[in-house]
Amino acid sequence: MSTPGRSSPPDGDAALRAVTGLAARLSGTVVVGIALFVLWQAWPALQAVGPLRFVTDAGWHPLAQPAQFNLLPMLVASVAVTLGAMLLAGPLGLFTAIFMTDYAPPALARLLRGVVELLAGVPSVVYGLWGLVTLVPLLAAWQPPGASLLAGILVLALMILPTMVLASHAAIAGVAAEHRLTVAALGFSCAGSLWGVLLPAARAGLCGALLLSTTRALGETMAMLMVTGNVARMPDSLFAPARTLTANIALELAYAMDRHRAALFVGGLLLTALVLALVRLARGLGCAWRHA
Amino acid sequence: MRDRLSAVAAWGAAGLVLAAFAWLIGDVLWRGLPGLSWQFLVSAPADAGRAGGIASILLATVWILAIAIGTALPLGLATAVWLAEFGHRQPRLQGHVNHALDVLAGVPSIVFGLFGNAFFAVTLGLGFSILSGGLTLACMALPILVRVTGAGLQAVPAELRQGAAACGLTQWTTLSRLLLPAALPALLAGTLLGIGRALAETAALIFTSGYVDRYPGSVFDSARALSVHIYDLAMNVPGGERNGYASALVLVALILCINLATHALARGWQRSMS
Repeated sequence: MSTPGRSSPPDGDAALRAVTGLAARLSGTVVVGIALFVLWQAWPALQAVGPLRFVTDAGWHPLAQPAQFNLLPMLVASVAVTLGAMLLAGPLGLFTAIFMTDYAPPALARLLRGVVELLAGVPSVVYGLWGLVTLVPLLAAWQPPGASLLAGILVLALMILPTMVLASHAAIAGVAAEHRLTVAALGFSCAGSLWGVLLPAARAGLCGALLLSTTRALGETMAMLMVTGNVARMPDSLFAPARTLTANIALELAYAMDRHRAALFVGGLLLTALVLALVRLARGLGCAWRHA
Repeated sequence: MRDRLSAVAAWGAAGLVLAAFAWLIGDVLWRGLPGLSWQFLVSAPADAGRAGGIASILLATVWILAIAIGTALPLGLATAVWLAEFGHRQPRLQGHVNHALDVLAGVPSIVFGLFGNAFFAVTLGLGFSILSGGLTLACMALPILVRVTGAGLQAVPAELRQGAAACGLTQWTTLSRLLLPAALPALLAGTLLGIGRALAETAALIFTSGYVDRYPGSVFDSARALSVHIYDLAMNVPGGERNGYASALVLVALILCINLATHALARGWQRSMS
């Protein structure tokens, strides 16, 4: 450490630049390393089984003779819970955000924001615990077996709601105050200004909020593992048990060997590809994208 | 008419959100509080976690977090410094690093688990251990640390840098004497945020740090994080719900404290910058 005002040796800056540059390169390489490593681990299955059989096999029976590796039921379950959760959490989150900016008394808006921020931090395993112990028995009393696609959708909707609310709130609150004044001065009705001006102006942020929540939902593991029933079969109704791609990995990695293990990495690869495609889509649509 | 409809939808949505969350938090409090006591925090789990407490689990969690933050913090800080202070000289590399970090932030946690299991546990031969789990979490926390620290560095007023340059200070002196102290609250906030995320993570730990619920003797031992403990009690241990809920309450309380501290820091930091 140099004392204030005195410069360190002239080569200090070069060293600083070299060291931080190295760190930056290493940080940038992590994601490439992960992608290559997962691909490398999945390769034996992709080569020996072939990519096609991951969607055409009779089912997911990795230990049968001959082994069958159809990932389609899990893919369908993942997409179904994600879509269902977004259908619930999307409008609910948007309206809650609108409530916070345009309707709530300031104290209530602050309370709501605090509650939502608290819930954004609640770990997924706690949502899963609540779903397993409280929600699933309720569903089971109505439509057995309870652990089902629907349970997954409800828990997932609740889980991504905070993300949806906070991101849409940031988008709507970001619309300039002048915008609001102009709209009011022009004599628009409240709803007219909301639907005609404010929401379109917040479009980029709202679409970012939707897609960010969707990637979170798609990648969720623990809560899905705990409430969907984990049956690796094509779900045929909302009340049927299902197994998501993420849960499939978590359930079987502990004992999977050789080709079975590689097939789980194929599932991980598929999941990553889906999430990256969504991020790409968000960029392509010009959505404001903000992880945090 | 449309005014009325919008208002009803907004009030209804907010009411529904509050009710759902009151249900969730109420449930965790109601079922978690009876099992919670000082004894619960300071005794080791017994009978697969049904009895006893979570002392060894808390210790394991601290070890895993220490490895994760101890690795991610220097790397993230150095990366943020390079991106903010030197990156503009190599805009292509800067763009690549930024993009790579954005993509990394989007990778699902179970994929980190797959990677951590295959790379740290199997390829590097670390096995199921605190080290494997901590390093996996370090990869996960890296983007948050870089982003929040970077935002802190960028928020330092330009006059400060110009003044430092005018005084002929080296970049090292500027950084260590001016920029880092000014960005310290952001650095702390980023670290806390990273700790919060790591504390909440479960999926990436099951196959890296593992399940063993004994007191860890070294970083090469397998150990069970608090989140994994909750999962195990809920799913694999009949009759483990009571302690599972008590553990969940502890975890939520810890994360709440961390979030409150982060907010306080962020608010203080914004005030000092404006």
